[in-house]
Amino acid sequence: MSDCGPELVANIAKEINACAVAWFERRRFWDWSEVEQTEFDAWLSQSLAHRAAYVRIEALWNGADRIAALRATHEPARARQDKKKFVPGLRRVLFGGSMLVLAAAVGIGTWLYLSTPRKQMFATPIGSHETITLNDGSQIELNTDTVLQASIGAGRREIWLDKGEAYFQIVHDPTRPFVVVAGNDRLTDLGTKFVVRREPDRLRVAVVEGRVRLDASSGASRQRSISLAQGDVVVATADAAPLAKESATEMTDELEWRNGTLVFDNIRLADAAAELNRYNAVQIVVADTAAARTIIGGKFPANDISAFTELVQHVLGLRVVNNGREIVISR
Amino acid sequence: MTETPETTSDGADPGLGGSNAGNIDIWFAREIVPLESGLVQFLQHHWRDRNDIEDLVQDIYVRIYEAALKEIPDLARRFLFTTARNLLIDKIRRTQIVCIETVSDLEALDVVNDMPGPDRTAIARDELRRLQLALDYLPSQCREVVVLGRLEGLSGREIATRMGITPATVSHHLNRALTMLAAVMHDDAPESRGEI
Repeated sequence: MSDCGPELVANIAKEINACAVAWFERRRFWDWSEVEQTEFDAWLSQSLAHRAAYVRIEALWNGADRIAALRATHEPARARQDKKKFVPGLRRVLFGGSMLVLAAAVGIGTWLYLSTPRKQMFATPIGSHETITLNDGSQIELNTDTVLQASIGAGRREIWLDKGEAYFQIVHDPTRPFVVVAGNDRLTDLGTKFVVRREPDRLRVAVVEGRVRLDASSGASRQRSISLAQGDVVVATADAAPLAKESATEMTDELEWRNGTLVFDNIRLADAAAELNRYNAVQIVVADTAAARTIIGGKFPANDISAFTELVQHVLGLRVVNNGREIVISR
Repeated sequence: MTETPETTSDGADPGLGGSNAGNIDIWFAREIVPLESGLVQFLQHHWRDRNDIEDLVQDIYVRIYEAALKEIPDLARRFLFTTARNLLIDKIRRTQIVCIETVSDLEALDVVNDMPGPDRTAIARDELRRLQLALDYLPSQCREVVVLGRLEGLSGREIATRMGITPATVSHHLNRALTMLAAVMHDDAPESRGEI
């Protein structure tokens, strides 16, 4: 600290910034005496460069809590409690009878699926994701609020994706084709990793590695077969199934839910909110149409809306009101 | 944009001085600091020597503070980039070797429409990404200190107790992390290049 006393007038930005860091560290984290306050006041009033540097480092530090990397390694006790509180309630609401048993069992972790030709059902509650391992070595990771059934027989392997999203890592076996059925659409795996998301009006398939064939027959008039390669993304609706390309980075970002994180890259605030709503009981409502169109980006914990709402409030300057069931965003 | 926030959660510290100075600090922390990565991109684009950037930023901030002492500008972004442009023009005029086009280029710049990062989100995102990258390079013990200090709001002594390390070590880690924070905007973030 002696280097940063009031007697020294540093001119070089680097030195001033170093002094600002040293003062901030002392003032924020350690016992602070009146002598120090006097010295600090003197330093601060010595030049506007000092003042700007100090306010700047303070602002950067205060903003540092928005960094996902900090949160990723650190789940505050508060968030853990919240999770415990709302998940059982949700299960009651969403899963009746045997589904409740299933949902509870999912919590155990990785399942080993035994070779039985009959259908088995797997489900995840809102906000969780689980991996199942099939007896052929293939793995399926179920994202939030997903239901699928599996039938692994000697001659064929079939999965029915009833709703939600799942990431498939399939061990190729030419004698036993691996088929994913989602409504009227069928995906045949040709040795690969891919992610499938089923929504009421559309099916989205993205191929991370290898090749997949999609036989889409959602629309009454259309029936077509599309071959998908690595990086291909297709969104099949009732009347179209346009093909797009995604970079490896985009693909990795898209699959960040497997680590409990959502990555938004230049999407509308309303879409980001809808995405987060898939993972949380408390729903975000964007009440203002102009605000809804705001383009945002960033990395957010899927189960902790606060990181998102803080950004909305502090960076976008929008109003955020939490009424318990809903978080309403407006101007 | 001159509104005074009820809270100072965006980094302003009203304990630093008189009420007017305090308001400027709040305004500066809220409106100017978040624009820094955009400002640095702008400077890198228009100024050859990367080693000057940190000093240029500081000179610009001093000008901003001087102006704000008289009156806090309404449009922070526009004001920041106009100040940056004028400072560069002044500097270029003082050095003889620069060709005249650079100056006229700068003079022709439309500060309202041509400046980088039209929305604050993109800039804030870039800032977050830089911080994130930088943080990834900190040793894990140092990171833990940052987490406890920032997310849990512990004091230096509490961090030392919690982690079972000496206060001197905590202080060392905090200084290192803060120095990283202070420098991160000036370092090149390879993936954000060419966004201007």
